[in-house]
Amino acid sequence: MEYILIIISAVFVSNIVLNQFLGICPFIGVSSKVETAIGMTGAVTFVMVIATLVTYLIYHSVLVPLDIVYMRTITFILVIASLVQLVEIILKKISPPLYQALGIFLPLITTNCAVLGVAVLAVQKDFGLLESTVYAIGNAIGFGLALITFSGIREQLDLLNVPKRMKGVPIAFIVAGLMALAFMGFTGIV
Amino acid sequence: MNQWKNFSKGFIKENAVFVLFLGLCPTLGVTTSATNGLGMGLATTFVLVMSNLVVSLVKNLIPDKVRIPAFIVIIATFVTVVELVMKGYVPALFDALGLFIPLIVVNCVVLGRAEAFASKNTIWSSLVDGAGMGLGFTMALTVLGAVRELLGSGAFFGMKLISGDAMLLFILPPGAFLALGYLLVLANMIKEKTS
Amino acid sequence: MSMVATLFVVTLVAAGLLGSVFALTKEPIRLAELKKKNEAIQVVVPGFDNVPSQEVERIFMDGDSLYLYTARLGDEVLGTAVETFTNTGFSGEFKLMVGFAPDGSIIDIAVIKHSETPGLGDKMEKGKSDFSVQFMGKHPNSFNLSVKKDRGDVDAITASTITSRAYCDAVTRAYGAFMESQKNN
Repeated sequence: MEYILIIISAVFVSNIVLNQFLGICPFIGVSSKVETAIGMTGAVTFVMVIATLVTYLIYHSVLVPLDIVYMRTITFILVIASLVQLVEIILKKISPPLYQALGIFLPLITTNCAVLGVAVLAVQKDFGLLESTVYAIGNAIGFGLALITFSGIREQLDLLNVPKRMKGVPIAFIVAGLMALAFMGFTGIV
Repeated sequence: MNQWKNFSKGFIKENAVFVLFLGLCPTLGVTTSATNGLGMGLATTFVLVMSNLVVSLVKNLIPDKVRIPAFIVIIATFVTVVELVMKGYVPALFDALGLFIPLIVVNCVVLGRAEAFASKNTIWSSLVDGAGMGLGFTMALTVLGAVRELLGSGAFFGMKLISGDAMLLFILPPGAFLALGYLLVLANMIKEKTS
Repeated sequence: MSMVATLFVVTLVAAGLLGSVFALTKEPIRLAELKKKNEAIQVVVPGFDNVPSQEVERIFMDGDSLYLYTARLGDEVLGTAVETFTNTGFSGEFKLMVGFAPDGSIIDIAVIKHSETPGLGDKMEKGKSDFSVQFMGKHPNSFNLSVKKDRGDVDAITASTITSRAYCDAVTRAYGAFMESQKNN
């Protein structure tokens, strides 16, 4: 039951993008087409879940026992950077078209604050191994939900008559604000 | 290199937030008050200047294939320094900025400047670039923070100007997006007038 | 080979630098956290002349630890400050410091750390409303620590029932730890 609460909270109540402000760069950068949004979500989910798992293990079995918790930022980001490299290599072998489609966005997952953010939060909230994994999955779903919905809206926006000065990023932010407002309605569910 | 141009480009022409759209996570996340925006901006500027300096210093010693991981370790080191120093000397600000302090390591501005500039330029130029981009970023965050604080809490740098509550929406997540969106429209208007 | 070596050297140098910064900032960090704690204890059990943060008892409850600090004036025990928590706040966990007199009645309550909604839940902070005043001088045996909606005696913050409920939850937990400690001593 508690795991369901973690997921609902991560997807709706404390949505990683619309409430915690993590993952904004890809949110604005990759959301002009639904297709790329879906591809990005897949890649981010993979990296986020495995990164949270690996960083959890490193934190609790190496950093804490050796009292070098201050090495957290360095070790976590190195884990994430390596994982992204791994994803790139695997994707290149398994599905070259997808690799091409994602292009520059793949290495950008390293600088996706959502991935590092979730890894740090899982450790801060003192979750256990399974809870951390569930938390990561929930946040990946939340990220995907926000990203894919947003890209759908932006595709429609492109067809409309937006005032010149608002075109592109400004109107995107205003729409995101309205989405965030809508998501605020979920608070109080858990 | 014209160092004045190098320094000042970070403020308007190549402003990280309003023009390059980089470093958006902390921009939205910590700007609930002008002080927080200023604090975050200065912390980021420190990391930017130091990492640009070091990257420029060692750029010829690092093999090309591992340069990104190496830059990341260098940046992460200075981020951790900022974390530890803030925790010990300005704990209130540290608590207010929270998660976003370690997240400076993935701030696209920092890695971006290391890769695009510091790895290809002299030490002095890199330092100036770091300072300019960092302070320009700080200006953007302070402005957004001030706007949100004024509209959302009726305060300015912590001094309450009205009694009671203001438009709370602006210190909540939707307000962050809306305020930044409209500030970008304003920036566009200014860009038009000046070109 | 030189790729791995370079990375290794860079990380080694980084670790060394951080190790020294860590050593340098350890004391200031410890002192800063102690100061925060002492300030909260000052608010809820004022007037002591000992160092309550050094007379601490730890009680494990509901999956986390509560810390009890004894405040004395001379030989007399002025009261016990209990650092408590709740996980059911609107935005998750928040922490309170509850001051209990030796007889178990509440002296005062201060908020240590929270992320509740500004303008709504954050009214539980002392400066923002009179919410915490209603707890002063009350004894949990005669003052039901639940909101009026749940048939208790606490006047919830308008439009912030969840935060108010969580606040009561934290205070109840603090009293539980206080009673546990009385039993042990």
